[in-house]
Amino acid sequence: MDRFVFLTFDGLSRGAVYAAFALALVLIWRGARIVNFAQGAMAVATVYAAYSVTSATGSYWLGFGAALLFGLALGVVVERGVMRFVAHTSPLNAVIVALGLVLVIQAVLGMVYGNEYRPAEAPFSRTAFTVGGLAFLSRYDVFVFAAVVALMVGLALLFTRTAVGLRLRAAAFAPEVSRLLGVNVAGMRTLAWALASAVGALAAMLVVPTGLGLHPTSMELVFVTAFTAAVVGGLDSPLGAVAGGLAVGLLLSYVSGYAGAEMTPVAVLLLLLAVLLVRPSGLFSGVAARRV
Amino acid sequence: MRSTVVRHLALTLAAAAALLALTYGLAPFRDYQLATAAAYLCVTAGLTVLTGLSGQLSLGHGALMATGAYPVALAQNEFRDRDISGGWVLPLSLAIGVAAALVAGLVVGLAAARLRGPYLAGVTLAVAVIVPALTTAFDSVFNGDQGLSVYIEPPPLSLGATFPYERWQAWIALTGALLTMFLLANLVRSRYGRHFRAVRDDEVAARLAGIDVARTQVLAFVVSAACAGLGGGLLAVLAQSVSPGAFSLTLSLFLVMAVVIGGLGRLAGAVWGAVLLVLLPEASHSLTEALSLSPAAAQRLDGNLPLAIFGTTLVVVMLLAPGGVQGLLARAARRLHPRQDHREVGTP
Amino acid sequence: MTDASILEVHGLVAGYGAAPVLKEVDLTVPRGAITAVLGANGAGKTTLLRTLSGLLKPTAGRIVFDGADLRGSKVERHVRRGLAHVPQGRGVVAELTVEENLRLGGLWRRDAAGLRRDMAEAYETFPALAGRRKHSGHQLSGGERQMLALARALVGRPRLLLLDEPSLGLAPRVAAQILALLRRLRDANGLTVLLVEQNVRGALSVADGGVVMSLGRVAVAASAERLRDDTALRHAYLGF
Repeated sequence: MDRFVFLTFDGLSRGAVYAAFALALVLIWRGARIVNFAQGAMAVATVYAAYSVTSATGSYWLGFGAALLFGLALGVVVERGVMRFVAHTSPLNAVIVALGLVLVIQAVLGMVYGNEYRPAEAPFSRTAFTVGGLAFLSRYDVFVFAAVVALMVGLALLFTRTAVGLRLRAAAFAPEVSRLLGVNVAGMRTLAWALASAVGALAAMLVVPTGLGLHPTSMELVFVTAFTAAVVGGLDSPLGAVAGGLAVGLLLSYVSGYAGAEMTPVAVLLLLLAVLLVRPSGLFSGVAARRV
Repeated sequence: MRSTVVRHLALTLAAAAALLALTYGLAPFRDYQLATAAAYLCVTAGLTVLTGLSGQLSLGHGALMATGAYPVALAQNEFRDRDISGGWVLPLSLAIGVAAALVAGLVVGLAAARLRGPYLAGVTLAVAVIVPALTTAFDSVFNGDQGLSVYIEPPPLSLGATFPYERWQAWIALTGALLTMFLLANLVRSRYGRHFRAVRDDEVAARLAGIDVARTQVLAFVVSAACAGLGGGLLAVLAQSVSPGAFSLTLSLFLVMAVVIGGLGRLAGAVWGAVLLVLLPEASHSLTEALSLSPAAAQRLDGNLPLAIFGTTLVVVMLLAPGGVQGLLARAARRLHPRQDHREVGTP
Repeated sequence: MTDASILEVHGLVAGYGAAPVLKEVDLTVPRGAITAVLGANGAGKTTLLRTLSGLLKPTAGRIVFDGADLRGSKVERHVRRGLAHVPQGRGVVAELTVEENLRLGGLWRRDAAGLRRDMAEAYETFPALAGRRKHSGHQLSGGERQMLALARALVGRPRLLLLDEPSLGLAPRVAAQILALLRRLRDANGLTVLLVEQNVRGALSVADGGVVMSLGRVAVAASAERLRDDTALRHAYLGF
């Protein structure tokens, strides 16, 4: 029972990170009808940027901030420099171009930083608190939760209460009409990419210190897992992304605890296959999303 | 159809004769490269059929190569452990590898047949990332990151004591490649090939014409998986080892790039793609050597330059090709006039 | 460009593929009046509006709005100049609420107080919308959507309103209300309206002038009176 409780909290903590990353995917999906297959590579690049800044200044938090800023910038560069020019004749075009970007980003990171795994340290202790003999959360887990909750609240407020948020939503839902109403739809698309990229950066900064290690390919499995979470929740639904992320986090925690950590990738694959075969539109979406 | 098969057979035999002569003319290192290209050709040809002809993008063919390579390794080692030898051992191992990959392809294909666009890409990406991780999950059998060495018997004595090993490797790999190309060329020209194209071009129309869409998609997947398995198995034989690092996501993406650049939908393009996969790393290595850098920097550049070049090429090709993937397919389809199918088999 | 006309179109050619839909359209829209654009399906009426608002780039010709050449101008900037377009199908953003749709119409404005006032006025003009403020676009009826689309356009304080088939799919009574409203807006605010309609009688009952399009060109431009009363003209171009 103790183990179960511990695994549950651990799963929620992991799940929070997947939820954040899945949110990033949903942001771009809603804004541009593209699944950003380069999200993971872009995110790991921001962590390397944080690493450089932290090494130079000695401050984790400066590095953290740098990762977020670099994420914003990278989102703008990728959208304006590459994705804008992708032909819309087939959804595959964006996929293939994103994969090309993955190769380029991994190569550049490898050339600049080398291909060894770098250890990444968490800013807070990762040992769990115990309350009456029951292992709960660690300080770091609390930090992760706080960060992700702050992120979600921030995004919710942005989208529902601000003029920019209204423009972003309008541009995503009805681009042509929005242009007629004076919304700079192209600019909103770039902003959506920038936001998503920053969110991905946050998620990566949260997950890399949890034993993942920093390597150009660190985020590949995280991307696949977050994609699975987004599919579980329904690509169109931000709430679904959050729910999906938490669900996947819990599942993986239990699998890791009871079957061994090496089995978690298998669990992800089986879950993805199961969802896509049984309910491809996700648990929260009312729209058939299998055909794009 | 019979005359097509005969024509393909004649072309294949002619190609075989030409390649045989070539292996005698090349230096051993080049023979090894030829062998590697031949192994890759099995995979790129299968992937061309899947993506170009049948319109299903697979990001997981590197992993499917692994599902062929590892059984070959295990089989070869098992045969050696049991002291079983003979000329039929290697073909049997390769057949086992192909069978294993075929099963894997069936599983993925069944899932993939119902998916489109980013969902299909996501599933095949998951396969690409996760299947190599299985080697760690089932450590005792697959030996995790370190991989396995593969026992290969030396060339038969009848060839002579000074017969270069690389030439023997080239013969093995080329046999596999020629067989694959022959079978695929016939498949492409057959009724199934027409079904592939019909489903790719207009699924609804194909269904109305009585074509079982799901079965067609799965068939394409299974065939391409078997080819990937053969290619993977051959690579295991050539490298005399298997490890998860050799079948990473990077390889899967390289394969996609090779097929896209080769011109989706033409088997001849698959040849170019395979050649590119072998020559580009060499070219980038030469480039790295030319810039006299410190050993550490050189190593970093050497490992990553091919990735950078491949990735950039993929992005540029996709952005410049008007109409993207569809455009490339349409152009390939226009060139694929029935009268001109002598271009489909064999040599560039 | 005279003061009497707010929009002048010269030799406009536009289309979607190889063959142009608009084949040299010349048109003058008088200021402060309602001008109906009539014609058979495929005549190019919707294409004309889409080209005027910039959604479609013309291959030849000039569009002069209030003295300014619109060529090269971006769609997003037109609403600032006072050019509003309510497209066919209304374009209500179904995922947003009534309030959000309305606000969207005026987001480009700098004066928040003015926007609030105009939104309040919109609710007065369209009481049906006032009761549905927090409802999403999905939940509105066809008539309510048309009202919302119109209200949204008006919140942007346009001087020229391009309106594409507002009575499409609406009950006759509701359609008549909307058309009558256009007249009130013309009288109260000096709003100029270019109105594309299949409902010829309804359009001519509120319009001041009319333009009949045929096969991508303007076949007839006349006062609404003449279009109503000249039976020969009506038979030839309007089918009744």
